[in-house]
Amino acid sequence: MRQAFAVARKDLLIEIRARLLLVRVAPFALLVLVLFAVALDSEPLILRAAAGLVWLTMLFSVLLLVQRAYDVETEDDALEMLLTSTVEPTQLFFGKLLAAFVQLLVLSVLLVCGAVVLYGATVTAGHLVLLVTTVSCAAWGLASVGTLYGAVVANMNGRDSLLALLALPVLAPVLIGASRATEAAFGSQTIDTASGWAWVALLAVFALVFSAAGAAAFGALMEPEA
Amino acid sequence: MSRSTGTTVTRVIGISAALLLAWVVVSAFFVTPADAQQGDAVRIMYAHVPAAWVAYLAFVTTAIASGFSLARRHRTLGFDRVAGASAETGVLFMGLALVTGSLWGRLTWGTFWQWDPRLTTTLFLFVTYVGYLAVRNIDSDPQRRAKRSAVLALLAVLEIPLVHFSVVLWRSLHQEASVLNPDGDVRLDGSMLFTLFSGVVAFTLVFVWLVIHRQRLSTLQDLQQGAGLDAAIAARRNEVSTRSVGGA
Repeated sequence: MRQAFAVARKDLLIEIRARLLLVRVAPFALLVLVLFAVALDSEPLILRAAAGLVWLTMLFSVLLLVQRAYDVETEDDALEMLLTSTVEPTQLFFGKLLAAFVQLLVLSVLLVCGAVVLYGATVTAGHLVLLVTTVSCAAWGLASVGTLYGAVVANMNGRDSLLALLALPVLAPVLIGASRATEAAFGSQTIDTASGWAWVALLAVFALVFSAAGAAAFGALMEPEA
Repeated sequence: MSRSTGTTVTRVIGISAALLLAWVVVSAFFVTPADAQQGDAVRIMYAHVPAAWVAYLAFVTTAIASGFSLARRHRTLGFDRVAGASAETGVLFMGLALVTGSLWGRLTWGTFWQWDPRLTTTLFLFVTYVGYLAVRNIDSDPQRRAKRSAVLALLAVLEIPLVHFSVVLWRSLHQEASVLNPDGDVRLDGSMLFTLFSGVVAFTLVFVWLVIHRQRLSTLQDLQQGAGLDAAIAARRNEVSTRSVGGA
């Protein structure tokens, strides 16, 4: 795991120094929240949709983060260098996954605050555990799918639009599950806490399945050309 | 090299598919009775069900061929071409199934679309394979393309049960749709069942015929590209050798 932590540390250091999350992704995400509110134009409707809108925004932001994470690697063939320096592909996958996960956590805290301030969503202390678990499981799922599909399209022409086309259908379960669980955590009348936890279970299974799939597939994806 | 991708086998398959399809058309419109509740709308079934069946068959074929292409060291490109050809045909038939299905839905349920788990999963599956084809269409080295698309096809196998399960869970928490029940009962009598079965066989034959041709076509494409590259390398070599002769 040491290599994975080293890769994650490297990615996060680049991120902290370049401040891309702060200056581009976070403002973009908040802007999307504002635009949704403008488009729906009805306060009860916005409050009802708050959880779904937060997670839809997260889905879009993942695409930006993942593109960035792989642009850093493909410029100057940094990826080849990493692999030549005997970093295991599996470790590389978990390292990049971890870095993306940390960034997504930061972003989700920001977006939940945004939903509280802009949409009037409320989080009571009793629902906080549910919310934190939901966010962690969903962010892990988003990060694993993003890291995996980012590697599939890395180095391809037109990879930006391709990543969206490939990753968004896969992320549908995360969107459905995280939205419902967050809705429960926001104290919605239509969904109770127990079904909120059922959705968290789905998110956890999703995160596990795609972490395992990514670890298995990364070897084949990173294999040097014959 | 022959100028066509047809052989005796494909001609036999093609002709039997055409004959069987003609029979299905005649039978669907003139032999089978109209449904007691749905009337003539039920005749859409003879195109819709076989199209959906072929689409799922195509995606299973793609997954299996991709597994072989990834697992084996030799002939990976052959399996990769079968996977690609099958996915392309599958997307075509899934599009057909979605269009005929929503027309049928308009006639029987009153709406083009319902957020029923089966429909929603099918739609996600369709988009997933459109993405798969988009990756295949990007120019890159065939070996690399084979590996990437095999990984994608196998990931889709993981994705679909998860999507389906989450949509089922999602719908079960909502109130039931107020429109007609999606599993509108159609009682099938002998001639209807026979026509439906012929339709499935005919569409499967069309699928096999298309996949064989498409796979041969991509073999030719790869060969032609390879020949182009060889010619370019030879031309460059010539250029370099004449220049070095001139310089000496």
